[in-house]
Amino acid sequence: MNLADWRKRDSFYEASARRRILGLLDQNSFQELLGPAERITSPHLEQLGFPVSFDDGVVIGSGLLNGKKVLIAAQESGFMGGAVGEVHGAKITGLLQLALISHVTAVLLVLDTGGVRLHEANAGLVAISEILHAAFRAREAGIPILVLIGGNNGCYGGMGIFARCCDYIIMSEEGRLSVAGPEVIETAGGVEEFDSRDRALVWRTMGGKHRYLLGEADRLVVDDIKAFREVAIELIQKPKPLTLESILQEHQRLGERLVAYGECKDALDIWKKIGIPEFDAIPLMDNDAFHSIVKPYLPREGTEEET
Amino acid sequence: MNVEYALDKICPGGYQIKKDNLVISGHGVCKGQTFAIIGTIDHAAIGIEVAFDLAAAVLEVIQRFPQRPILLMVDTQGQRLTHRDELLANHAYLAHLAKCLELARCRGHRVVSLVYGEAVSGGFFATGMMAERAYALPNAQIRVMALQAMTRVTKISLEQLDELCKTSAIFGPGITNFVRLGIIEDIWQGDLENCLDRALRLPADYDNRAELGCERGGREWAAKVAFRIRMSAEKV
Repeated sequence: MNLADWRKRDSFYEASARRRILGLLDQNSFQELLGPAERITSPHLEQLGFPVSFDDGVVIGSGLLNGKKVLIAAQESGFMGGAVGEVHGAKITGLLQLALISHVTAVLLVLDTGGVRLHEANAGLVAISEILHAAFRAREAGIPILVLIGGNNGCYGGMGIFARCCDYIIMSEEGRLSVAGPEVIETAGGVEEFDSRDRALVWRTMGGKHRYLLGEADRLVVDDIKAFREVAIELIQKPKPLTLESILQEHQRLGERLVAYGECKDALDIWKKIGIPEFDAIPLMDNDAFHSIVKPYLPREGTEEET
Repeated sequence: MNVEYALDKICPGGYQIKKDNLVISGHGVCKGQTFAIIGTIDHAAIGIEVAFDLAAAVLEVIQRFPQRPILLMVDTQGQRLTHRDELLANHAYLAHLAKCLELARCRGHRVVSLVYGEAVSGGFFATGMMAERAYALPNAQIRVMALQAMTRVTKISLEQLDELCKTSAIFGPGITNFVRLGIIEDIWQGDLENCLDRALRLPADYDNRAELGCERGGREWAAKVAFRIRMSAEKV
């Protein structure tokens, strides 16, 4: 990529939740729901004497995406690591329930989160479970849910499990997706098990490229809000119904993965086994080079048509 | 508690389970109705293989015994915390398990869970919390995080947390907290066969945990906030 292209980019990674929403949706179409003016804050953080935020760390609302009505939520990475507390979670659950009433084309969720907000431990866990149940109802009604991951906090904990229960995951290389985060694994198993400060290890284990190669991210885009927007436009009208057939296919894929890569110790071993030439150069490849090299080696999923 | 001890009381009419590593599966009879039993034992850490085997057990019930109710027996210390599990995407295996349980519900299977041992965060999330209703035995242990660990992460003193736990159900471990929050529908005591029978006779409602938590005084905001958002449909 040349310098001029680079300058034109509108970094998803660097942007705030509101900036991401404004860049994803059609111009001037976003209408926030339960915004900061309503002063709905976390009662539990207040009780603990912690600073609160007037949106409790998540911005929600409606707008247009390429002229189609959508709902959107974006977690604010700068507040409590994007973690889910009672109010924060209920905003996303309410939004997904609203999707059933308001006949929108799709729901976009910009996830940037460490998972449960431990300051509200029990309420945070059930909040994520409620998000999941509400998402399944929306999916059942044929409303696709797109998850976008490309922020500072990645997408971890219960929200990592949740993300994979939605129709599509769009990631950038900078995004990370897992259930247990680097520090959690290191705390449990020691630094020999996982060195959370080894950034290269973190990215090749949980980052966008590896998730895409495993088939755990549907699309991998450059760190540019416009790139996320283009892919979202393409996918919002393609719901993936949860059927016995689609779940059995997924079961087969996950079973084959256990057999094929169960002995691998590192992402590099997996990429090598996949058969990708120059597998050890993958972390350094830019998005275009990466896609052209890995295209023949991607796992196929039956439900998404080749475009 | 071991799983046989619990199942003996739930199904005096008999049951059959097979154990495969940390996963159990089989069938029992409750008041003449056959139901499927799927669960984990020995405080299982749910890694990729356990999640996959649980999903396989759910899919088998869906395919071979349409609409047969499923009792999930929960005993988990949470998701397994290893490099290998995350490398192969444990979140995807746990999500797959959740999707299998959702598919079962959509195809007319009742899904009820019972925490008979331990239930911790991610492991509970993808199993017991996927049921229509979750129940617990009186000596079960449920938590997201122990208070000592919470102190470390949040830098809130243990004294302050202990004090808060006297009035709030949000912070601390323990089934009474989880009942107050609406996460656990009820604690099973006495005749456990009756308890399961009653649970299976309740309507297969959608998630009402926020409303229940509000009624029980454990968390009032979840239901209110979601309600306010639903009420804004005309603005969308």
